[in-house]
Amino acid sequence: MDLEFPPMNYAALAPILILFGASLLGVLVEAFVPRARRHLVQLILGLLAVVAALVMVVLNANDRLVTASTAVAVDGPALFLQGAILVLAGMALLLIGERTVQRGGAFVAHAAVTVGSAEDQRQATDTDGATEVYPLTMFAISGMLLFVAANDLLTMFIALEAFSLPLYLLCALARRRRLLSQEAALKYFLLGSYASAFFLFGMALVYGFTVGAGGSGTGGGVDFGTIRTAVSDSSASPVLLFAGLALLSIGLLFKIAAAPFHVWTPDVYQGAPTPITGFMAACTKVAAFGGLLRVLHVAFSGASWNFVPVLGTVAVLTMLVGSILAVTQTDIKRLLAYSSVANAGYLLVGALALSRDGLSSTMFYLVAYGFTVLAAFGVVTLVRDADGEATHLSRWAGLGRRSPLYAGLFTFLLLAFAGIPLTSGFTSKFAVFGAALDAGQTWLVVAGVLTSMILAFPYLRVVVMMWLSEPGESTPTVSLPGGLTATALAIGVLATLVLGVAPAPLLDLANGAAEFVR
Amino acid sequence: MEHSVEYAHATGLLGSVWLLVAIPLVSAAILLLLGRRADRWGHWLGVASIGATFALGLSYFIGLRGLENRSVELSLWDFIAVGDLHVDFGLLFDPLAAVFVLLITGVGFLIHLYAVEYMRHDAGRRRFFGFFNLFVAAMLLLVLGNNYVMLYVGWEGVGLASYLLISFWNDRPSAATAGKKAFLMNRVGDAGLAIAIFIMFATLGSTQFSDVFNGAGQLAGGTVLVMGLLLLLGAAGKSGQFPLQAWLPDAMEGPTPVSALIHAATMVTAGVYLIARSNPIFSLDPTLQTVVVSVGALTLLMGCIIGAAKDDIKRVLAWSTVSQIGYMFLGVGLGGGAYALAIIHLLAHGFFKANMFLGAGSVMHGMSDQVDIRRFGGLARYMKVTWVTFGLGWLAIIGMWPFSGFFTKEPIIVEAFARDDWTAWLYGGAALLGAGLTAFYMTRLFVLTFHGPKRWTEDIDHPHESPALMTVPLILLGLGSVVAGALMASPVADWLTPVLGHGEHHEPVLSHTVITVLSLGLTVIGAGLAWVLFRNGTALQEQPAGPVVRAARRNLYTDAFNETVFEKPGIFLTRALVFLDNRGIDGLVNALAAAVGGGSGRLRRLQTGFVRSYAMSMLTGAVLVVAAFLAVQLGWLA
Repeated sequence: MDLEFPPMNYAALAPILILFGASLLGVLVEAFVPRARRHLVQLILGLLAVVAALVMVVLNANDRLVTASTAVAVDGPALFLQGAILVLAGMALLLIGERTVQRGGAFVAHAAVTVGSAEDQRQATDTDGATEVYPLTMFAISGMLLFVAANDLLTMFIALEAFSLPLYLLCALARRRRLLSQEAALKYFLLGSYASAFFLFGMALVYGFTVGAGGSGTGGGVDFGTIRTAVSDSSASPVLLFAGLALLSIGLLFKIAAAPFHVWTPDVYQGAPTPITGFMAACTKVAAFGGLLRVLHVAFSGASWNFVPVLGTVAVLTMLVGSILAVTQTDIKRLLAYSSVANAGYLLVGALALSRDGLSSTMFYLVAYGFTVLAAFGVVTLVRDADGEATHLSRWAGLGRRSPLYAGLFTFLLLAFAGIPLTSGFTSKFAVFGAALDAGQTWLVVAGVLTSMILAFPYLRVVVMMWLSEPGESTPTVSLPGGLTATALAIGVLATLVLGVAPAPLLDLANGAAEFVR
Repeated sequence: MEHSVEYAHATGLLGSVWLLVAIPLVSAAILLLLGRRADRWGHWLGVASIGATFALGLSYFIGLRGLENRSVELSLWDFIAVGDLHVDFGLLFDPLAAVFVLLITGVGFLIHLYAVEYMRHDAGRRRFFGFFNLFVAAMLLLVLGNNYVMLYVGWEGVGLASYLLISFWNDRPSAATAGKKAFLMNRVGDAGLAIAIFIMFATLGSTQFSDVFNGAGQLAGGTVLVMGLLLLLGAAGKSGQFPLQAWLPDAMEGPTPVSALIHAATMVTAGVYLIARSNPIFSLDPTLQTVVVSVGALTLLMGCIIGAAKDDIKRVLAWSTVSQIGYMFLGVGLGGGAYALAIIHLLAHGFFKANMFLGAGSVMHGMSDQVDIRRFGGLARYMKVTWVTFGLGWLAIIGMWPFSGFFTKEPIIVEAFARDDWTAWLYGGAALLGAGLTAFYMTRLFVLTFHGPKRWTEDIDHPHESPALMTVPLILLGLGSVVAGALMASPVADWLTPVLGHGEHHEPVLSHTVITVLSLGLTVIGAGLAWVLFRNGTALQEQPAGPVVRAARRNLYTDAFNETVFEKPGIFLTRALVFLDNRGIDGLVNALAAAVGGGSGRLRRLQTGFVRSYAMSMLTGAVLVVAAFLAVQLGWLA
């Protein structure tokens, strides 16, 4: 059998290739650059790669094509989401690169050393810091970029693993609370592999279905075009199709943290190093939803009557679980984790509105939420005492008296999460719900409005605690951020404000991009 | 509606109407961001910003007089645009908005002035003024928006500011609880408003007032009814009307100027504004109007009955606010000419209720923050200014001629009697009875506070009158309580015609004179009865009483109702979810097994956070999802 190398449009693939190349380069930097200079070199390399890839995305802005045989689609949504991932990943790199808040940064070099052993203590107290985190992060970013452009299930699966594996490892690299960090990584890894297995099995069933349908002339395949044709062919076995689609969506629902596949989220968000938590909350969300949108809009849109009720129920459950459980949390990172679960529910509402408006408003929501959540985790990295970050909510009481500026910024971000008008949280929810109504999903909108009313409560409780309680003995001070965190914070807060007051330009951009190539 | 609603574009002076919102907003930002650096002068900035806004509002008001239709619209920028949905960041300055602007900034200015002195010894005075300015900005946005989304923006803003100000003294547990209660009950109403707005989008494709009012006539009857009921739910939540009334009296835990401005004069009347603004929708459906009237009538009686049984000076006033807003709801529900009457009563109420709240604050100031009216008595001699101004407010609220309440409440009662079926007797009777009850409980409050024997606690020696910064606003508001009603009654009704239309006049079932005589008579009887009963003071402790009084003391059991119906199931749901989430599904399975096997020891040894529990939850979820997909496909569910 002859394997022919398919023609590649390298310009269209450039953003992915740049990041991939930069991560390989990063590995070489680890090997050859002297330790003292590695941090700076890696950070600059990472930021340069992100900027270069972003430039390529902008240059490619008008591409609407499928390349590498049918494996990769470079179209409006792919480019928009790649741009979003790159911008958010750039912010996350700034948070990761911060070294003034804690000497040597928030990371260690070896994930799997036994906690409490001499070696582990050494790496946790080592002030030179570790830089392995950079190539890992860039591998994850390149996987995400591919994931939102993947045009067949196999490419999608490879991209999924390509961005998941580095993330599992990154979760275990926290300098403080090593045991919690390792536990989080292991849980994430085990459950993630479990979910991947669902995805794979689903892919196999869908392949079987396309073979049975036989409408494509090639006897079957896992590219979205073939699946799309097969779905519209009524002669094929629906059991294979829907069992396959169900298992595929379980794999994706795990990544977006929809209930009941959200169980890993609080533990992992809490245990992972905070900059990585922010990276996951922003970029993984964008990537996973990008993949889900493509699967639903392109491959299976012919079966929407069947999947919308089921996934709609999942969305309602997700919103309920996320918002109600957020009320009882006592740890700020777990609170933000449950809020991320609830936000996955709102995003699902948008994703299930299978229209152009639904697509564009979901993409807008992803960007808006990403900015806010990264900035919020940025603030979390700053509230510290001698033992590292003080994440228990009781410790945040009276923070407004101690550090009005940061408490003020955090208040603004919380108001955005709560969907208070004039923040991006309001405009994005409004756009998503409006699109869902237009698509006839009234029940999802009602559930969304009601749960967002519940969800506002835990946020405002934190606001009141910060401003109206007296600082206690144990209220930590806020560390002054270095330039990197300050920049990331400023970008996040500013974006939250601008997208809340004048969201029109980005909405227009999203709307212009909101069409998949089929 | 036959005539279409259109607004002219704002030009000239009126083009800068946005300054009304911007000035207090900037001032709030300065106060909150500068921190302690602004402690020395911050409160004066707060006062000055509201004063400037009032002056501007007055000049816009005058500028509006010459215009045709007296309405201008100003679109600042495109706020949200998704597909067909377009929301302007736009303002509408019309007669209705104008009178609200004057009320909010005018009364607001006096209350800000008063608060400078009232909050003098509070370490958080600058922060307080920051929140207070924020509230004014949000409230102005609420009444100035030219579409429902802008209204909602302001609506959320005032809710936020109100929550922060109720919880201002967060170190008191009661204040923290009250803040939560206000927040939760308001969210119920907010959800109603939000869904109503989405229905407008779905059916009319717009939330601009002009589009909605012009298009509402073509909607199906059921849609209008649902939309109206949801708007009413929002209005009831914000205005403390049945069934969402319970938060308002608890909100009195905030500082007194907050109670005066937010929980008496302005924010709580936002519900009335919402219904009056949406009058083209409400006028479409008689059922809808009847519901509004019933809510108003029920709430006004409830407020009176509970108000008569309370002993906390601010809570009595709070329940009287609930009851007076009930009158306003009655008015906007009656429709036609009564829309304007409700707004006029709202304006007059803003004056006399703010006056009485500030008076109560002045009393508390002199009596070491005592709020129990059983512990006052004989204060007339010690606090002359407070006594006189509070007395004017009292005469105004009970509707005594020639004070302002007489000119504004009376016409609503007459309108209630002018319905064209038997319900005229029902609602008219309720409004009339309410007048008598109001006279009773307000007189009780007045007599127990200012007259009769002293019943002070031992630590109080010689109560003092408040300083000038507090008494001057009292005097001005007291004057307003006397003249506002008579001055406003007819010019304001004319002024509002472009917004609320001309009402057809129905003849009441009783003649005008008979109603006036009846209501004045009931007022005198109620007030006289209270005077006789309480002239010699009252017991210092709560006395055993009959079932009616006991029910009234416990807010007619509405709190108990809320607790059983909403709170307990909510707590149960949360606990169940937390349990499920912590233990995972296999925890549940094991727990069941343990329970069945009687091995409670095994249940206790269950640990949380195991990956296998998580995997088990995921597997269960996966099985359900696959089953659901197949079920939908195979038609089991269809």
